[in-house]
Amino acid sequence: MTTSESRRGPRVGLLVTCLVDVYRPDVGFAAVRLLEQAGCTVVVPTRQTCCGQPAHNSGDNITAAELARAVITAFEPYDYLVAPSGSCVGSVHKYPDLFPHSAEWQSRARHLADRSFELFRFLTDVLGAGDSVQARFPGRVTYHDSCSGLRQLGVKAQPRELLRRVEGLELVEMEDAEVCCGFGGTFCVKYPEISGRMVADKAKAAEATGADALLGGDLGCLLNMAGRLKAAGSAVRVYHTAEVLAGMADGPGIGDAEAD
Amino acid sequence: MESHSHEFVQRAGAALHNPTLQSALARAKDGFVLKRFNAVSALAEFDALRDRAVEIKNHTLEHLDHYLERYEAAVQRNGGQVHWAADAEEARNIVRDICREARARSVIKGKSMVGEEVGVNEALEADGLEVVETDLGEYIIQLAEEPPSHIIAPAIHKTREEISELFHRFHAKYGYKKKLTEVSDLVNEARQVLRQKYLSADVGITGANFLVAENGCNIIVTNEGNGDLTSTLPRVQIVTAGIEKVVPNMEDTTTLLRLLGRSATGQDITSYTSLFSGPRRPADPDGPEAYHVVLIDNGRSAMLGDEFREMLRCIRCGACINHCPVYGAIGGHAYGWVYPGPMGSVLTPLTLGLREAKDLPNACTLNGRCQEVCPVRIPLPDLLRNLRHRQFQARLGTARTRWGLAAWGWLVRRPAAYRLVTRVQARMLAAFGGRRGYLTRVPLAGNWMAGGRVLPAPQGETFMSAWKRRGGRGHE
Repeated sequence: MTTSESRRGPRVGLLVTCLVDVYRPDVGFAAVRLLEQAGCTVVVPTRQTCCGQPAHNSGDNITAAELARAVITAFEPYDYLVAPSGSCVGSVHKYPDLFPHSAEWQSRARHLADRSFELFRFLTDVLGAGDSVQARFPGRVTYHDSCSGLRQLGVKAQPRELLRRVEGLELVEMEDAEVCCGFGGTFCVKYPEISGRMVADKAKAAEATGADALLGGDLGCLLNMAGRLKAAGSAVRVYHTAEVLAGMADGPGIGDAEAD
Repeated sequence: MESHSHEFVQRAGAALHNPTLQSALARAKDGFVLKRFNAVSALAEFDALRDRAVEIKNHTLEHLDHYLERYEAAVQRNGGQVHWAADAEEARNIVRDICREARARSVIKGKSMVGEEVGVNEALEADGLEVVETDLGEYIIQLAEEPPSHIIAPAIHKTREEISELFHRFHAKYGYKKKLTEVSDLVNEARQVLRQKYLSADVGITGANFLVAENGCNIIVTNEGNGDLTSTLPRVQIVTAGIEKVVPNMEDTTTLLRLLGRSATGQDITSYTSLFSGPRRPADPDGPEAYHVVLIDNGRSAMLGDEFREMLRCIRCGACINHCPVYGAIGGHAYGWVYPGPMGSVLTPLTLGLREAKDLPNACTLNGRCQEVCPVRIPLPDLLRNLRHRQFQARLGTARTRWGLAAWGWLVRRPAAYRLVTRVQARMLAAFGGRRGYLTRVPLAGNWMAGGRVLPAPQGETFMSAWKRRGGRGHE
């Protein structure tokens, strides 16, 4: 890297994720703020739609491969691909599997996968930018470890490390923080009752900590858990960790009513 | 055993609404998870052992024919006989014929999952034999006329009250009239009843944890010692084992044994690790007169040749089952066949067909906890995903799912159209959510609501649209 490049910081292509795009754009803006605070130049490639995970997990490898090619092409020009989701980055890491018969695409997929990071891991392990977090969140929070980030990418200590820098925030661990919340992409609509039992257990564990807010790094899990907490009339608010770290968690949480 | 895998959804629903089962599951799952964690944490070389185990199993599977032949030759040298069964029916016939030839009337069995897989009990009972399971858990579910719900703890779904009731009902005929409630009393009573069965049995049937190619030994691990009695007391001993159970030598076996106990029950090693090497020799004081091993294929050699080969590394420890949150919610009977949980969701469709078990590969959140704890590092989520791919190619999904996926696939491949549709979708859902912040009724998402949750409403404008409006990079 030349001096001029290092001054400008890495150019990061933000994979917004389809759920963030539609449900919680604030998470995308929080990610942008965190990356910029850490000295990155953030670009949002316009041709992105979805990483293809729903297709891959449903056995439709042809659609999944086509979406993978689109993501690879869209993000190749940048130094890194970063997403506020371990699940979607985990999906990008699986791209090489989708091209068993193309050495060229396999190599392009691997090259992109090597430069693709979940947001918190990128901020801490790659940029060492923990110090750049400047936020305040008075209250007690608990953290759900989303499965893909945790097991495919090793995201566990990083978000906690970043949260420790937030003024006023107290982190309390819940029981079974590493157990799936029952979202699982299409699982939650295909097997809603089983998924409902799993998320009910999760909601109970979060409540039991006495936390004011439940945080996580994947919007799918957060929509699921917030959906259960709100249905059960819980006062626990739900935010994506990026919102808290970027100081953007002063509005309504996921599934909360608008403030009057 | 008869398959009910096609009834997965109904059975899972029933399990979720069965309070007795739910309390049994809640008690059981934490125990196994904690015990394994403690045992694994205490052994620094656990991960190195896993790597070694993967090498051993891969090597053996690569040369399976060679090691099976070596094993057969060794068994014959020891005076035993090896039988080859291509499928479940052949396996049943072989076992039945051995029992007929021995003029057997009663059979005792140690735990054998492959025995359940091929339906040994049903075949022998149809032939007029009395068959008694001697593993306590297996014995309990045999009395209850239920299949196992777990591969290492087959009666894990039963509460103490249910067991007390069962024993009271079935043991009265042996003179045990008092209803017992203490666990130790229940165990003692079962032990006394089973003792008589051991002494009168003509044939003893066990499974095998490992078959050692270099010396022809069959190794079983138990915590009750029932495997030893089953193997040594009757005149005839039969071992039923899948062909993937063969291991090259004793040294390799010890590596696998160190992983097995810790992964299964959190024990460094099980209470009994028993080696059997054939029939009684002239100078032996005890042991069976005849020793038979039935090597069962039943779909395994087909797996050897395709992308599911890694599944054959499975040493049946049950760790994936104990750590599977879906199993933890619904228990083993919902899966409808011998093998439940993640390992079962791979094995059942491969053995019984994708159609019979079409829910199983899908009823998984791909959370990866099973792979994390698997002692032989089987990539269970990838194998389940491969099965979904096969199902997709065979068009086995519901029409609704296939059309939904096709429509979604069309849209996500067209960014401009996708932008438009998501913009409208975000606005509409936000409007439906109103000031409440969530939706309780959404067209096309009814199933989500069935899970007892509401759907958080979107914020209104999509990220891509807001980013463009604010002049963010990427749209230049």
